[in-house]
Amino acid sequence: MTLSLLFYIISTLTIGSALLVVLNRNAVYSAVLLVFTFFNLSILYLLLEAYFLAVLEIIIYAGAIMVLFLFVIMLFNVGKEQVLPKIMSFQRAVSLFLLVIFFTGVSLFTIQGVQDLHQPAGSASIGNVTAIGEALFSKYLFPFEIASILLLVALIGTVYLAKRKI
Amino acid sequence: MVVPLEHVIILSGLLFSIGVMGVLFRRNVIIIFMSIELMLNAVNLALVGFSRYHNNVDGQVFVFLVMTLAAAEVSVGLAIIVALFRNRQTVNINEMNLMKN
Repeated sequence: MTLSLLFYIISTLTIGSALLVVLNRNAVYSAVLLVFTFFNLSILYLLLEAYFLAVLEIIIYAGAIMVLFLFVIMLFNVGKEQVLPKIMSFQRAVSLFLLVIFFTGVSLFTIQGVQDLHQPAGSASIGNVTAIGEALFSKYLFPFEIASILLLVALIGTVYLAKRKI
Repeated sequence: MVVPLEHVIILSGLLFSIGVMGVLFRRNVIIIFMSIELMLNAVNLALVGFSRYHNNVDGQVFVFLVMTLAAAEVSVGLAIIVALFRNRQTVNINEMNLMKN
């Protein structure tokens, strides 16, 4: 009971900070709020008993990716984004309308389409490192190796793009 | 399971919608990139929820691979943004009309 209450509190915090990421005018504040969102998501993973991914979320997203973002933001030294001109407001209204339709569709399909989502799952032995490691190195060995090639390609691409003249 | 699965999916859909809103509304290319990260995380949350509900480890392996992809994407994307900023001196996507005409 306490855990489900904690889930709802953390979800509210996640939604609020994600909204602030999008609506904030200052890029540095957005990056810091995005780190906060990732910490909240990590707590949600803990509540869903995915312990390994909770640690990974903090290490990779909050630790590596957001630091890279903050470096780039500090490098650019851009000021606050100015307010959009009035011409955009029609497009803004249309995109907001489409967004609401999208979210309503997701919610309706979730609530109506599948009825037996309330049944409790069995005991969870899936979140620990052993289970994920076994799946990763037996069933998903080939995608794992492809991921390493992907990282190598990203490394080479980044080094090429960081050249003085491009 | 702490909460019913549908609440996790609705939370994930809300986060994804907020990410789409950021991509559509904002003009700063870095904020747009952050919104893409937000969308990837929303999908990860849905995958973890389904994995917990079905008591199946496959979803968590997918999340692991998505995180790898996100790391690769961020490194290349930020390098492209830095090269773009060096050439055009702006991060506003309204002024990036190199391929127009």
